[in-house]
Amino acid sequence: MENNEKELQVKALKNGTVIDHIPSDILFKVVSLLQLDSVKNQITIGNNLTSKRMGKKGIIKISDRYYEEEEISRIALIAPDAKINIIRNFEVIEKKVLSLPDSFTGIVKCPNPKCITNNEPMKTKFEVIKKNPVVLRCPYCEREIQQEDIQLL
Amino acid sequence: MSSKSIVSITDYSKDQILSILDSAATFEANPNQTLLNGKVAATLFFEPSTRTRLSFETAVNRLGGRVIGFSDASTSSSVKGETLNDTIKMVSNYADIIIMRHHLEGAARYASEVTSVPIINAGDGSNQHPSQTILDLYSIRKTQGRLDNIKIAMVGDLKYGRTVHSLLIALNHFSPQFYFIAPDELRMPEEYKIICDEKGIPYEEQTEFDTDIINEVDILYMTRVQKERFTDQMEYEKVKNVYTLRNKMLEQSKDNLRILHPLPRVNEIDMDVDANPKAYYFEQARNGLYARQAMICNALGLI
Ligand SMILES: [Zn+2]
Repeated sequence: MENNEKELQVKALKNGTVIDHIPSDILFKVVSLLQLDSVKNQITIGNNLTSKRMGKKGIIKISDRYYEEEEISRIALIAPDAKINIIRNFEVIEKKVLSLPDSFTGIVKCPNPKCITNNEPMKTKFEVIKKNPVVLRCPYCEREIQQEDIQLL
Repeated sequence: MSSKSIVSITDYSKDQILSILDSAATFEANPNQTLLNGKVAATLFFEPSTRTRLSFETAVNRLGGRVIGFSDASTSSSVKGETLNDTIKMVSNYADIIIMRHHLEGAARYASEVTSVPIINAGDGSNQHPSQTILDLYSIRKTQGRLDNIKIAMVGDLKYGRTVHSLLIALNHFSPQFYFIAPDELRMPEEYKIICDEKGIPYEEQTEFDTDIINEVDILYMTRVQKERFTDQMEYEKVKNVYTLRNKMLEQSKDNLRILHPLPRVNEIDMDVDANPKAYYFEQARNGLYARQAMICNALGLI
């Protein structure tokens, strides 16, 4: 039964990207990280689905959309265990493993209100200290940021 | 050598620290030189700090350089809403080096990214103040004859005190042994203990400031316990005298013990300690001049 359901979830998409195994409580953070609210493609979002491994999980299916490595790897900031499936003609043609770069610009806000990045018109920048769970470091105020404290810009 | 900014002690390797300390020693031997003849240093104090500014300006003057700048943001354009980026770019047209203090954390790092003129961080909020760390290291080496294997007790506000955090990071190059003595509310943050654990640096932590530890160590590093750090004022009243060093507590201490303090002190070192030859905090402040001369010349690639 569960197998059928799973197949159905994936097969329901003809072409596009499936993001699976998203922790339910951050599903909508992933939605905003990928700015899906301004995307015209067909999007199916499922949340609080039963998962053997996670208890509850979320899933996002985006039709006819393929992401650049750099764009999709951002998800690893908040959901390092999420799985990405690339679908063409109902087949999973590629499974992507999320991996954060060693450093990146923008995307995240430094949580320190006294940080220069929150007071000057400039881009934020972060070093990735640990990948799972994620620990970032702001090179300006030198604070470390734990995964649960990550705020997206 | 090329010019480079000095923003954070964490950017420096052991060898770079030692080389700055060596040149500080040459400035102590001969503080008046002409290395900065024809050079202009800008001291931009967006946040006032007379003590630090005078020390830096003296360092420039004794090396024959000239100083421009401001000592208070209310006299500068930043109150008119000018961005830090614009102020730094404007001053870069005039100065060979920029020494800056700012209340925002990371301001000096950002400034160093928007100009090719070397920046020296003279304090960015509660983040970094590398010249204090260099002068602390210089004082330790000068009084102990070495930096390796120093037993050091840090006393007072270990939570918010940036000087103890930077000193801890820098000393970790030299196999120290730490004693952290602080009230519960102001304990050394976990992240610094993790740094010690990762490097296998031993430390002990306790709330009582007693002679057992004073008699054990080479350096007693005292810090201010500030009233405004306490959420509970009763708690402050309780601890403020517990972390005060008095002369009689030094009776059984080691001969080589020296007492350091970043100054200004409030009441954490009783005046009766001042006459003790182990009190080193005023000389320590003077060492700041040589440390800053060395840092300025290092940033300009002159040494
Ligand atoms: Zn920051």
